[in-house]
Amino acid sequence: MAYVPLADQDQEMEMHHPHSWVEKYVWSQDHKVIAIQYGGLAVLTGIVGLVLSLLFRLQLGFPESVDFVDPNFYYQAVTMHGMIMVVYFLTALFLGGFGNYMVPLMLGARDMVFPFLNMMSVWTFLISVIILMASFFVGGGPTGAGWTLYPPQTTMAGTPGHDAGIILMLVSLAVFVVAFTMGGLNYVVTILQYRCRGMTLMRMPLTIWGIFVATVLGLFAFPALLVACIMMMFDTLLGTSFFMPAVIESGSPLDYEGGSPILFQHLFWFFGHPEVYIVALPAFGLVSDVLSVHARKNIFGYRMMVWAIIAIGGLSFIVWAHHMYVSGMNPYFGFFFATTTLIIAVPTALKVYNWLLTLWEGDIRLNAPMYFAIGFIFTFIHGGLTGLFLGNVVIDLPLSDTYFVVAHFHLVMGVSPILVLFAAIYHWYPKLSGRMYNETMAKAHFWITFLGAYAIYLPMHYLGFLGVPRRYYALGSTDFIPASAQELNSSITIAALIVGTAQILFFINIIGSLKWGKKADPNPWGAASLEWQTPDTPPKHGNWGDELPTVYRWAYDYSVPGAHEDFIPQNTPESAAPAASNDQIDSDKDSTLADV
Amino acid sequence: MSLIKTVTEKPWERKGVIGGMEPEGTFDTEAERVALTFFLVIATVIFSLFMVSYYIRMELPDWEPLSEPAQLWFNTGLLVASSMFFQWARNIVSRGDSKNLYTSFFGAGVLALLFIVAQLVTWNHLQAGGFYLSSNPANAFYYLLTGLHALHLAGGLWVWSKSAIRLVSSGEPEDIRLSIELCSVYWHFLLLVWIVMFAVLSNT
Repeated sequence: MAYVPLADQDQEMEMHHPHSWVEKYVWSQDHKVIAIQYGGLAVLTGIVGLVLSLLFRLQLGFPESVDFVDPNFYYQAVTMHGMIMVVYFLTALFLGGFGNYMVPLMLGARDMVFPFLNMMSVWTFLISVIILMASFFVGGGPTGAGWTLYPPQTTMAGTPGHDAGIILMLVSLAVFVVAFTMGGLNYVVTILQYRCRGMTLMRMPLTIWGIFVATVLGLFAFPALLVACIMMMFDTLLGTSFFMPAVIESGSPLDYEGGSPILFQHLFWFFGHPEVYIVALPAFGLVSDVLSVHARKNIFGYRMMVWAIIAIGGLSFIVWAHHMYVSGMNPYFGFFFATTTLIIAVPTALKVYNWLLTLWEGDIRLNAPMYFAIGFIFTFIHGGLTGLFLGNVVIDLPLSDTYFVVAHFHLVMGVSPILVLFAAIYHWYPKLSGRMYNETMAKAHFWITFLGAYAIYLPMHYLGFLGVPRRYYALGSTDFIPASAQELNSSITIAALIVGTAQILFFINIIGSLKWGKKADPNPWGAASLEWQTPDTPPKHGNWGDELPTVYRWAYDYSVPGAHEDFIPQNTPESAAPAASNDQIDSDKDSTLADV
Repeated sequence: MSLIKTVTEKPWERKGVIGGMEPEGTFDTEAERVALTFFLVIATVIFSLFMVSYYIRMELPDWEPLSEPAQLWFNTGLLVASSMFFQWARNIVSRGDSKNLYTSFFGAGVLALLFIVAQLVTWNHLQAGGFYLSSNPANAFYYLLTGLHALHLAGGLWVWSKSAIRLVSSGEPEDIRLSIELCSVYWHFLLLVWIVMFAVLSNT
């Protein structure tokens, strides 16, 4: 059959082989190097976010114990922590980091379809991070408006960073959107057009499905953030009144008139809610693969998992106003958005059931990645259930802006995706580095992080029920908050400090194992998907040596009776597979080709 | 690609290299074309969100409609002509021809450039007439939307100039066939955006 895979046609000619160290590691167009640059930068930024959270937690647990954490700094820290974690850490690490690393390897391609654009993406991301960090050093400091940046208070005197800080934040976000769009176009087109021979869409590992749908969401949701940023910049710098209403500042009226702050909220959350799934869907995908490999079972309900990812992606665009129940919008909107919000729980719950059923009667191997993956199921169920509370308008109203909300979204989109990140980093570390990590240290890291996360967020639900408001520098004295709430706050802070410090274990493990780790087997977990079948570990530039792989099956043939090991890699031809597997072909004759 | 057919496959049953299941990519076309399609959808989302904001903001009491200057009809003519020239260039390269390629291709770029200049001149006239950006939200939206559209066109011109350099240096029309095709699609898209925008601006 005269067939040249598309992935072979152009790439052979276009592969740009680096000649110097700088070209190889700095101005690299290799997706694996770009993935590490993206991921490394996201992690560094995430560490800043983590340290900020510990500083404001110190203030909450032990008021005025740190000198420089005054009310202004507190608000700045809370704001920057939120924005950094959601956008610059999680989004960048999942899509820029894992998206870049996994997409070509799992699809059997040599690289992304537009390597130069890919390189531009990571450098543009660096610029956006530099702009963001610059706001710490300008007069007035970074913005302290809360990560949602609601006008009018964002740009008014009294809000820290209302002059230079907010402008830098808006510019940085706009630049980030450009960087993301360049990367995102790459992932989407690579997934659609550059799969290797035999890799049909429904043979892609769920990781790729998660990254694919999340990227599409990002491409269509980030524009809303861009639009909001541009209009707010006009309001701030050029004196327009898109969002700014007639308002009085320190006794004197400002030049604004008639703008609509609610319009900003709609635009922001039209981005903001899909953003939750931009972070969650890649996590769903990655955890599905980790669970399947370490449970030695095919993922339960593969097709439904794909459908659920697509359904969640679609629904995520029509739930945004559940963040705005208390904004004063039309109450009928509340009914509509509560309904769609509860509907999105259906495909999400379906995924949870499928993960549990994947574990059911599996030959579970409790390696560190599996610890984190199972831990994720716990935190995700807990965080997801409180989402059902908050999705209902009548329950949301009293809980709005309390610690219950903080507990909910941290469990569901903070802790859960981060547990998946750890699972995924440990799981793919042997492929990425060619070394094994230290298992004992990884498990210690898991227990401290997992139990610590509960010690932090479980008590917050109670604080929320008491009515303790979020975003307050100090509680002061009220009738409804008992003194014991402060003790709870102190214990939360202690737990946060322990968990935060324990992450050092992770970095020691990951960096130390590069040098002292045991040399890794090319496929230590016995995984069937393509990235584990590369000729070199870690994969070289071009990934596949002389010849691209051909895919003969899906990525989940585990515990196959009669198989040489207990799994069959995706690129094993039929002739080399055990009889049990060949039997299935006869029942589905038209699906096989003569050249197998 | 039939989406329903694709997502109802049972991958656990189908083994082997499956024929007839589009192993050559989901869409039978160049990657660049797929990327452009996605980009056009993104641009549509951006312009639509601005339009939605426009309509929401218009409802508020301080809105004073801006009467668009008649000069915009002339500008529209320039953009239409630019698009037509691009289509002409596209027809020429897709025939494998090269006659009149320089005229059509450079004509398209120059006309687009003239359009941007004409838009700036219109801005100047509005400013001179006292219609400042910050004096009314209708004015603000006018400057914002036209500016954004001009920026998109400027981005197109940047790609156009790269193709122009390639065309002049190699002289081979085949080299930039895809580039001309995709640029013409982008030009038609921006023309459509402009027409919709112009209609909305002049009717409100």
